[in-house]
Amino acid sequence: MELIIFKVGLIVTLFLLSLLIAAYSTYAERKVAAFMQDRIGPNRAGPMGILQPLADGLKMFMKEEIIPQEANRYLFILGPAISMATALMTSAVIPWGPDLNLFGQTVSLQVADINIGILYVMGVVSLGIYGIMIGGWASNNKYSLLGSIRASTQMISYELAMGMSIVAVIMTTGSLSIGHMVSSQAGSTGMAWNVFYQPLGFIIFLICAFAETNRTPFDLPECETELVGGYHTEYSSMKLGFYLFSEYVNMFISSAIIASLYFGGYNFPFMNIVQENTGEIMFAIICAVVFLIKILFFIFFFMWVRWTIPRFRFDQLMNLGWKILLPLSILNMLITGFFILYNN
Amino acid sequence: MQSLTNRSKIVSNKTMTWSERIYLPAILAGLKITLVHFFKKKVTLQYPEQTKDHGPYFRGRHVLKRDDQGRENCTACGLCALSCPAEAITMIAAERKPGEEHLFREEKYAIEYEINMLRCIFCGFCEEACPKDAIYLTEMIPTADYTRKKFVYTKDMLLEGIEPKDRIDISKRRKGIREGAM
Repeated sequence: MELIIFKVGLIVTLFLLSLLIAAYSTYAERKVAAFMQDRIGPNRAGPMGILQPLADGLKMFMKEEIIPQEANRYLFILGPAISMATALMTSAVIPWGPDLNLFGQTVSLQVADINIGILYVMGVVSLGIYGIMIGGWASNNKYSLLGSIRASTQMISYELAMGMSIVAVIMTTGSLSIGHMVSSQAGSTGMAWNVFYQPLGFIIFLICAFAETNRTPFDLPECETELVGGYHTEYSSMKLGFYLFSEYVNMFISSAIIASLYFGGYNFPFMNIVQENTGEIMFAIICAVVFLIKILFFIFFFMWVRWTIPRFRFDQLMNLGWKILLPLSILNMLITGFFILYNN
Repeated sequence: MQSLTNRSKIVSNKTMTWSERIYLPAILAGLKITLVHFFKKKVTLQYPEQTKDHGPYFRGRHVLKRDDQGRENCTACGLCALSCPAEAITMIAAERKPGEEHLFREEKYAIEYEINMLRCIFCGFCEEACPKDAIYLTEMIPTADYTRKKFVYTKDMLLEGIEPKDRIDISKRRKGIREGAM
């Protein structure tokens, strides 16, 4: 019973945290963009513009809701709903800290420690395409359709390389569970991060993560110069808000996955010393905070790249995905396999 | 043949090296540039609260000056209206009555004086033409409005006040004109 209450509490916390971080990502994005362009950014709503996400959200709610006459009404509404739901579902398998001993049993600090965690993430992220696909198709607009086709092509292409780079991590860990992957990166001092053993895999995964979340330089599905607004051209009001918001939730989840697969998740240097000197609950909180800092860094990195690199052309995108990243990730897998054999 | 201008550049079609082809070094260099800018001093001016100083050459909306005894300088000679390339200025002259010597400097004055700010091109020819030192361009800016009629500035809007605090300082503009700027 206590376990269920604990898990429900964790789910609610995680849900609110995802929404909060996504909301403030929109604010951070504008601030980061401004700072990198020597500007100040939003600073009128509240001190330092801290209430800007609220103002933006309110604006989205108050806007007139328009559903095009020729659109497929049912699918038009379903699109953003799928996008948002799948984006939020992914956070279930992310481990936030080491196992705790609560209520006389071992409790893992994640919503569901399913043994195929990383497959679950890949599966749910792929479902996210349907949100964009359906929305773009149901709009009955050529720009939307082109945008959604681009989105699905791009996601399918980059999922291959992404999966291949994850396979290398799975080979070293010997498990599909994200919880195991993170705890195996602890080493003796908490610094046995996968990024040191899989630098090539990390770069491939990072590039694919950019493509999967439709972020610049791979934001072709919503390329303004060619497609007006891409798949969300016809959307208005909170449906548009859901699409934009799900992108930021996806960014949060991607950062969390990058941090836990390659940057040791909640592991931090000298954590064995900290663990000896603090209580169990305190240690779990420190771990969660460390993990959050890593996630926030990667969210910043997403934005940093967005305001540095221009957009790819679509054929360049496909070339990169199929001809470069996929062979490289297979090569990475082979090298990893060779090292595992050699070490045995 | 040899180029005369010395501006032509030799175009090279060299193939990219391996480090150029993987793009990552170039991307890292780009990331470094944006990061440097991230910590740079910001150039934003918080406009309604802060304003930028104008140069002595700045030509904003006009002011009708009074002399040091508070009398209107303008004698309604019409030279400003004549010199105006945009036909923005118009006025009606009137004769000074006895007892109005403290209001108007000379026997003739402008009873009505209008400048259409939508026509005005802020060239400053009016102040150049004025023989009586009566009209000057200031640093003020005609504000936005809803109707065209509101942009026709009448004499009471253009004329500066009598009290010293209501006077509009144009010394900077005067200095700019003296130094040879229009």
